[in-house]
Amino acid sequence: MTRQSQGTAALDAMFARAKKQNRAAFMPYFCIGYPDYDESLCAIEAVAALGVDGFEIGMPFSDPIADGPTIQAATQIALEQGATVRLCLDAVRQLRARGLSQPMLMMSYANPLVAYGADRFVRDARDAGADGLIVPDLPPEEAALFADSCARAGMALIFFLAPTSNDERIEMATANATGFIYVVSLTGITGARKELPAYLTDYIARLRAKTEMPLVLGFGVSSPAHARQLRGLTDGFIVASALIRAWERGFDEMHALARDIFAASQE
Amino acid sequence: MTDLYIRTDLSDLPDARGYFGEFGGRFVPETIIPALDELEAAYNEAIADPAFHRELRHLQRTYTGRPTPISHARRLSEALGGAQIYLKREDLAHTGAHKINNALGQGLLAKRMGKRRIIAETGAGQHGVGASTAMALLGLECHVYMGTVDIRRQQPNVFRMKLLGAEVIPVESGSRTLKDAINEAMRDWVTNVDTTFYLLGSALGPHPYPMMVRDFQSIIGVEARDQIQALTGQLPDACIACVGGGSNAIGLFHAFRDDENTELIGVEAGGHGIESREHAARFADLDISRPGILHGTRSYVMQNDDGQIMETHSVSAGLDYPSVGPEHAHLRQLERAYYTMATDVDALEAFQVLSKMEGIIPALESSHAVAEAIKRAPTMPRDSVLLVNLSGRGDKDLDTVIGILGN
Repeated sequence: MTRQSQGTAALDAMFARAKKQNRAAFMPYFCIGYPDYDESLCAIEAVAALGVDGFEIGMPFSDPIADGPTIQAATQIALEQGATVRLCLDAVRQLRARGLSQPMLMMSYANPLVAYGADRFVRDARDAGADGLIVPDLPPEEAALFADSCARAGMALIFFLAPTSNDERIEMATANATGFIYVVSLTGITGARKELPAYLTDYIARLRAKTEMPLVLGFGVSSPAHARQLRGLTDGFIVASALIRAWERGFDEMHALARDIFAASQE
Repeated sequence: MTDLYIRTDLSDLPDARGYFGEFGGRFVPETIIPALDELEAAYNEAIADPAFHRELRHLQRTYTGRPTPISHARRLSEALGGAQIYLKREDLAHTGAHKINNALGQGLLAKRMGKRRIIAETGAGQHGVGASTAMALLGLECHVYMGTVDIRRQQPNVFRMKLLGAEVIPVESGSRTLKDAINEAMRDWVTNVDTTFYLLGSALGPHPYPMMVRDFQSIIGVEARDQIQALTGQLPDACIACVGGGSNAIGLFHAFRDDENTELIGVEAGGHGIESREHAARFADLDISRPGILHGTRSYVMQNDDGQIMETHSVSAGLDYPSVGPEHAHLRQLERAYYTMATDVDALEAFQVLSKMEGIIPALESSHAVAEAIKRAPTMPRDSVLLVNLSGRGDKDLDTVIGILGN
């Protein structure tokens, strides 16, 4: 599979392909530098080879307020391993050089990006081969920080919606969003959960009534059973903590979980 | 009689988006934005309601012990041979610190909003004690996040909070101090946002907190401005307050903001000295501190080149924080307020001097402000007036000081 497009166009193509195959796009999360730089790249390559649809590329931050213990611990290790903004961009560049073709979205809290320079980061991320930006502490009202540079670079700037978001918030997010809407499954922080919330179908329907944007579910999506459940419901889903927890038991466990989730999304 | 609680002038900052100039804002996960909207609306409604003012004023008088007095530090001023030093005695407020002003204000607001579960963070423990006290009074459930480093150095306050019926939740992540307690409190809020009121203790965090906390603390300056004129027949030449997050300082400064001849001086924690890099002087060390985003607000943040938040050091837990309230960043940029720092050594010296010469044991936080007054007074004429916010009492710090100075 060669890479034909970049940025929002690459995401559009990703969703179109998944839709044609009647499934939700699977976008696993990996943090650069966890458990170390080389292994994080190996993991992304190995999971990319399964044919998954895209990646959320985690950039570590010392104070991740939206993250639960699993990602907190992993990103802390990444920082101790010396992961920096520059190194995360290098990682993307290297992965592209090795032929990775799936969309990659850079996930970072606002401060490291501001420290690097918001405009400069967007430009460098695009040049490295990234397709968009996910900033969990950047609500649409603060979008100005990245909106212009993302628009100029054709990079997606992803906004979140949560079960607490009212109609006004839904309109604000969808009016500003590019690429897709990151739908937070629950009121809470990231972390593996046994069950998806019971209200999920109604919740997604409420969002669908307001927007045509692709909806990607995250927070708590953890298992092949969840992936099956999301088929026909959302346009994509992100799995993070569950993969890291599997990885704590070994690389093969993590790889097997990614394989099983992807397979389940196609059933 | 001083009006014990004034509505903030509507022309005051922040603007509608919560900005003080280029500082402030709302950098938090989407999940809690609706809760911030709800909080802001409830707050605006409360302060437009005379009944809310009456209730808060009543508690301030009959429970907190307001107005707190101003004391002339006569012996100290004489020994220094310059400006007359006056102390605004927030240490005499119930619970021994200014934090109760905000805790009662937000507590009444929580009750009004029908929230029964209250969470708070604490560094030195003074806000935790203030929150626990207010919640005991109001009959609300209280959970306080506190870093384990702070738990160790503020044992008496930990015991106080438990005695007051609060649950103290130890925080083991990061540097295990105030910053990490705020992280955990925010994670709790994101998770339990429907039922929970986050009682933030300083003039920081996402809008409307910096505004709301300032307003609830502005009683300090409102009282002090009348009192100092009654005592001395003049406005002070300078107001001095320590700045961690900056709530006692903004509470004092706010009433003096239009008094052009009154200098506003904030004192940060110089820790082991600027060159040591072990401090919390966000405005003094611009090599490692610059505008950034932490805990939902844009302000000065101590960070490495890669934007990772740095660990700070101060002998006083209440000043040990890598960022500073956004309104202070704005006042500094306007050059309306001036910020300096006092080291651990300066603060410990001031702690002892004030105890010996005035019979007042100041909190280590407040000792930073006293240190600046001690430094400044000799350079000023004898008829000039320095107003120092003595934001808290030092009993909670005795273990720390004994540990450093010995018995």
